[in-house]
Amino acid sequence: MARISIKVDGVEYADDVEPRTLLVYYLRDQVGKTGTVIGCDTSNCGSCTVHLDGTSVKSCTVLAVQADGHEVTTIEGLAKDGELHPMQQAFHENHALQCGFCTPGMVMQSIDLLRDNPSPTGEEVRHGLEGNLCRCTGYQNIVKAVLAAAESAPVRVGTAGGTL
Amino acid sequence: MTVTEERSVTEVGSPRRRKEDGRLVTGRTRWTDNISLPGMLHLAMVRSPMAHATITSIDVEAAKSSPGVVAVFTGADLGDEQGSLPCAWPITADQKAPPHPSIAVDTVNFAGEIVACIVARSAVAAKDAVELVDVEYDDLPVVVDMAAAAEGGNLTHPDLGTNVSATWVFDSAEAGTGGNVEDAIRDAEVLVERTYRQQRLIPAFMEPRSVVCDPTGEQTTLWSATQIPHILKLMLALTCGISESKLRVIAPDVGGGFGGKLQVTPEEVITLVVSRRLGKPCKYTETRSESLLAGHHGRDQIQKLTLSATREGIVTGLKVDLLADMGAYLGLVTPGVPILGAFMYNAIYKFPAYRFECRNIFTNKNWTDAYRGAGRPEATFAIERLMDELAVEIGVDPLEIRERNWIKHEEFPFSTVAGLEYDTGNYEAATARAKELFGYDALRAEQRERRESGDPVQLGIGVSTFTEMCGLAPSRVLGALSYGAGGWEHASIRMLPSGKVEVITGSSGHGQGHETAWSQIVADRLGVAFDDVEVLHGDTQISARGLDTYGSRSLTVGGMAVVAAADKVIEKARPIAAHLLEANADDLEFTGGKFNVRGTDSSIGIGDLALAVFAAHNMPDGVEPSLDAEATFDPENFSFPHGTHLCAVEVDTETGETKIRSYVCVDDIGKVVNPLIVEGQVHGGLVQGIAQALWEEAVYDDSGTLVTGSFVDYLVPSAADLPHFTTDRTESPSSTNALGVKGVGEAGTIASTPAVVNAVVDALRHLGIRDIEMPCSPHRVWSALQHRDGDGSSSGADTPTEKTFVDDDADPSHNAQLSGEGSGSGAAEQGGLA
Repeated sequence: MARISIKVDGVEYADDVEPRTLLVYYLRDQVGKTGTVIGCDTSNCGSCTVHLDGTSVKSCTVLAVQADGHEVTTIEGLAKDGELHPMQQAFHENHALQCGFCTPGMVMQSIDLLRDNPSPTGEEVRHGLEGNLCRCTGYQNIVKAVLAAAESAPVRVGTAGGTL
Repeated sequence: MTVTEERSVTEVGSPRRRKEDGRLVTGRTRWTDNISLPGMLHLAMVRSPMAHATITSIDVEAAKSSPGVVAVFTGADLGDEQGSLPCAWPITADQKAPPHPSIAVDTVNFAGEIVACIVARSAVAAKDAVELVDVEYDDLPVVVDMAAAAEGGNLTHPDLGTNVSATWVFDSAEAGTGGNVEDAIRDAEVLVERTYRQQRLIPAFMEPRSVVCDPTGEQTTLWSATQIPHILKLMLALTCGISESKLRVIAPDVGGGFGGKLQVTPEEVITLVVSRRLGKPCKYTETRSESLLAGHHGRDQIQKLTLSATREGIVTGLKVDLLADMGAYLGLVTPGVPILGAFMYNAIYKFPAYRFECRNIFTNKNWTDAYRGAGRPEATFAIERLMDELAVEIGVDPLEIRERNWIKHEEFPFSTVAGLEYDTGNYEAATARAKELFGYDALRAEQRERRESGDPVQLGIGVSTFTEMCGLAPSRVLGALSYGAGGWEHASIRMLPSGKVEVITGSSGHGQGHETAWSQIVADRLGVAFDDVEVLHGDTQISARGLDTYGSRSLTVGGMAVVAAADKVIEKARPIAAHLLEANADDLEFTGGKFNVRGTDSSIGIGDLALAVFAAHNMPDGVEPSLDAEATFDPENFSFPHGTHLCAVEVDTETGETKIRSYVCVDDIGKVVNPLIVEGQVHGGLVQGIAQALWEEAVYDDSGTLVTGSFVDYLVPSAADLPHFTTDRTESPSSTNALGVKGVGEAGTIASTPAVVNAVVDALRHLGIRDIEMPCSPHRVWSALQHRDGDGSSSGADTPTEKTFVDDDADPSHNAQLSGEGSGSGAAEQGGLA
């Protein structure tokens, strides 16, 4: 077992983990952040995307021990005081989700995308989301949502909530 | 009371943002894998790497002593308790089916089949122990190729004595719905013969399947990532010999299904049996690799087609000889999938003669079952590819050949050669609108230019129309097809004293937006606010009756049950309103959520009535104090949405890469409850169909090993692979239900596959290409261009299955008749064009 200290969605945790534990399992099983989900076992689907120190990572490709001393933001840490993050709001407004399983990862990746490129074209959004699979929406409304978020709130969208 | 006062006049038709989204965008979700119960144990499955083998021994001792392991179960350990997994659709009386234990007992019949189950205190401990189970196998001959299997040779199930599970025939001459197709073929002026392969696909829903079972308490509760909680409850009870009333099934948030969660799975049975044996809650969640390996697959058919026509391009007959790969077992509706297609090969056209014959074949592969469209995409692909080929033969535009054969809008309702009655439609209007949006003529001009200049990137234009039978289904029809259940749907409405309304639906959504759409319907029907309606579903203890969600049935069947229940509420409320208003019930009219006494301003709202009924202080004599109502709706007919899809692709003749340049679809799904949801369904459907055309295929090697067992190899497209779609609608309200709605869940998937392949072929036809087998990967396209030898086919090296199936007995005189008739440059293939 290895001892790690990690801030998740603004709260400090200190836990013992098996060294082989992936960050996503730590988040789900030990911290209870079940909003972050597991969609594959080859790092293709992006469903488990979270922010590690403000940058998106697939939490199935990071060991929990690698996150020791760092800050993680999950989908559950985005809304503040009951108010949705602009990207969450944009997904809702633009019907960018159906079953919603890929949504946490999509939202986290989309925020990161706009941080890198605050005014992307549709094509740039598509390439920026290449590592996140969705089986329901055909991506059209996801692209639309990201563009709308970029349009409506270019400044705040580029940050992952207030924790980072 | 906090009843919401404001409401728009009509909810139905408005692009309401979804109620479901709140929890989904914030991660406040309850996926099955999120459920954790005190003392819960975790399951992991040991799966066979062999496609066909006898199990000679299983040594579980090392696994049992692995840290954290509580128990290990083999098939022999579970014995009779695991029963045999159900098939609800015996399509013929003499259909052959092997026993289907959840954990294999003596033999394994496909790679991925479960041979043992580890139970441990953590998921990690269970997975660790999987490696420690030592299974000895004796090889048996592996049957992979369905075409070879159909002809005999090695047997998937030697005890059955054949690889053919069933042969099912529809003949319009025998059914009295049309002429004799052999006569049509004999008298044909033009004959088009083709063989197409529907490759094997994997539904690939994003949420891997998961099941949790809690056997504590009097009732056993089972959560599952399933599309079918009600059917699952009944089938688990029957399979495992448990009283149905002792079982509660819950489908919590479910992350997509597309038919892939329309199943009673081995994993569900195992989790149920093991948790009851141990008296402890148990959870099993599959990995993605397991999901791709062992969640049921879809499609996998070989279609041998003969289309006869006049020189004017009027189709006179269609004959379909189908092989359908069942895989190793028959799942819940496996045998019926090709039968669902049998009624759609004539599509939107007026064919005078039709014959369909299907042989269902066993092979040592994972079993196939429903996948989005289930039979209907296959049929639509076949006929829409054939119509393009016919257009080439006749020398007319592909849209023109369709128009010469389609049912005109004034001819509805129309009885088809397959024996269905199409309700409504307007193919002319949808096609005209699609052409306009697409810029059809300009694209054709550009295509000519590129061909003339020898551009390495060629432009192809693909056309597809479609219709489908959806809204499964009239129970009488299902009975006539030997399906094991009806096709009704149930709903109930509870009028709460606070004025809120609970709608309970038997249709169990998993991404479709039931909670939103049903709220819109009830808000209008009862005159209550959208936000005052709460839709409950997916728990058999709350929603006791239902037949669940598949086959584009939710709105056309389940939505209608909601309407019927709402109407009953109003009728129950009427005498109470009359009593309280001291008026005659016949003098009351119900509008905007209120009963008004005609000609007066005396009125009472439905919410006030709910409160009055709750108190029950002042009820009319002999009237029960309840407004609650339930209804079961059984449709009299299917509904038949349709559409015209146009696709432009750019095919790089040097690399073989296909890029979709533009895609336009105009669908007619009748009345629309929520256009936002409809659009979303269309987008997602289009992509699944396009993925079949260009990328996805479940590939097995000769030893029966799935070689596309992860998302690295099974190519679910990403946003970067896809274009922006232009969608629009025409509206021919259905005449088969009071809402005027038709299904939309499968529409995009059905129409887009042939549109894309037609476009790819169209881009290359002048280079001598007449077909590219799906998926039209860069490799296949490039190979076709390298190896084109004048026969116009690209089937080539990748397709051993097709080679063995081709059975050309067509009269060569037909070939002669065809000579010089068409613009195709190919030589004869499959007895076809010369």
